[in-house]
Amino acid sequence: MKASRTTKALQYGALAVYMVFLGFPLVWMLSTSFKPPREMVEIHPTLVPHNPTLDNYVEAFTEQELGRAALNSLQVSLATAVLTVLVALPAAYALARFKTRLGTVALGWVLLSQLFPFVLLVIPLFLILRQVDLVNTHAGLVLVYVVWALPFALWMLQGFVRNIPRELEEAAAVDGATRLQTLRRVVAPLLAPGVVATSLFAFISAWNEFFFALVLLKSPDLATLPVTLARFVGVEGIARLGPLAAGSLLATIPSLLFFAFLQRRLTSGSLAGAVKG
Amino acid sequence: MTTFAEARRRSDRTTVYLLLLPALLPVLVLSVVPLLRGIYLGFTDARAGRDVDTSFTGIENYRELAGDDLFWSAFRIGLVWAFGVTILQFVLALGLALLLDQPLRGRGFARVMALVPWAMPPVIVGIMWRLVYHPDAGLLNEVLYRTGAEGLRHNWLGDFNTALPAVILVGVWAGMPQTTIVLLAGLQGVPRELHEAAAVDGASAWQRFRSVTIPNLMPVIIAITSLDFIWNFNSFGLVYVLTAGGPGGRTMLPMLFAYEEAFRYGNYGYAAALGNVMVVIIVALLALYLRRRLREANA
Repeated sequence: MKASRTTKALQYGALAVYMVFLGFPLVWMLSTSFKPPREMVEIHPTLVPHNPTLDNYVEAFTEQELGRAALNSLQVSLATAVLTVLVALPAAYALARFKTRLGTVALGWVLLSQLFPFVLLVIPLFLILRQVDLVNTHAGLVLVYVVWALPFALWMLQGFVRNIPRELEEAAAVDGATRLQTLRRVVAPLLAPGVVATSLFAFISAWNEFFFALVLLKSPDLATLPVTLARFVGVEGIARLGPLAAGSLLATIPSLLFFAFLQRRLTSGSLAGAVKG
Repeated sequence: MTTFAEARRRSDRTTVYLLLLPALLPVLVLSVVPLLRGIYLGFTDARAGRDVDTSFTGIENYRELAGDDLFWSAFRIGLVWAFGVTILQFVLALGLALLLDQPLRGRGFARVMALVPWAMPPVIVGIMWRLVYHPDAGLLNEVLYRTGAEGLRHNWLGDFNTALPAVILVGVWAGMPQTTIVLLAGLQGVPRELHEAAAVDGASAWQRFRSVTIPNLMPVIIAITSLDFIWNFNSFGLVYVLTAGGPGGRTMLPMLFAYEEAFRYGNYGYAAALGNVMVVIIVALLALYLRRRLREANA
């Protein structure tokens, strides 16, 4: 089907409007992050800073609170990623290789739990964690994050396991390999990309999370990056906008990398089969 | 060989449970149990503090909610927000998905750009849009000035009338990628032959869109709009950072209201009751929506 020239022009026009809408807020934050404080108070701010500076980034890096928050976030997210994969791996293997109704139940639970607002979950979680003295600790937060990331991680990983031909395992068994040897020599190498993707997912979901971190961590020393940045917003003077923008951009980098990594998969239409009714 | 297979089968059940246990146990303890306890809390007078007695109060919380003006206001704002964001998100995402499905130049770049909001943490999205809406250093006011619409300059998030529309726009921006990607995937699942056959029969682009694209896309549309509505109704972080419910409660979504009740005033039972009300409302609205769609599909 050939589209007429006007149709094409309209299509490009519409696409350009979309790109501006989607891209400009980000460009503006980028621009703000390079502006010295003096330009922030100008009556008419410009898109391109007159005197671009890296001071905001230096300040965001050396700002004690932000640096500590970044370290906290890194710790919590790494622990979440490792634990999630460790717990999900055996279960995903079982779900993919053995027939069990539990798989359906698990998926049903994932969908059902979407319905419930976090507030219903977070108050009892707070009470439970307090009973075991894990409120206001990174360990408690990590536990919550693992459980939170687990359903999707399971679903992701078991898909990867399914893609490994069962015959490979059987062949190894015939050759006299023990179960453990089979898992280590045959399954593990083939599963590596799946493990990477799943741990990245768990890492990002912990890195970006705000609500649980806000409620479950009380001391500012323990706060993660989103909570600390959100606290900055409340007290920002106009001169602090620069470091805030710089810090926000730095905090976005991990998830940008993750999406760059997954981008092809998400937009190539390989999901078509997954959503077809 | 038989021994191996048999032994394997016999030990299967135990193995499966052993493998699943490490995953199921935490989900049970930190997801299923808290949720059930949360629902129960909604029928008690639970309050913050270590040694506070909690007693079952039945529907007392709900009677109190019914007479609470702040709750009704949050509820109304929540509905405007959830419907506004979901509908705009769907319309804009469908437009973008249709464009991305066309053989346009620069499509690859556009697809990456379409994902950007998704890649950003909600808190950062909030901070970014505060920079855009900033009354002095903001992009929006400056654009208005440059285009000669100086009179429209505004404290967007601080004004009673513009705060809610302003946060709705941010909600739309933040949620567009998921919706676009899912719709795009759905579009790519619509058989080309159907379009070609309709074109041969002399159907215009609009007619093809209405009688081929939309019906084929319907299951996907229903799924993603339902999910979007649930997510939007339960959303928290974005508006918390943008306005914290202000000015004067004009953007006080139900979740923000519940958060304040629970963690500022310590009224756990009351906040949980509000959570229960929200679940019931979501389920009721979804049931209505799905039933109507189903009836349309059968008509």
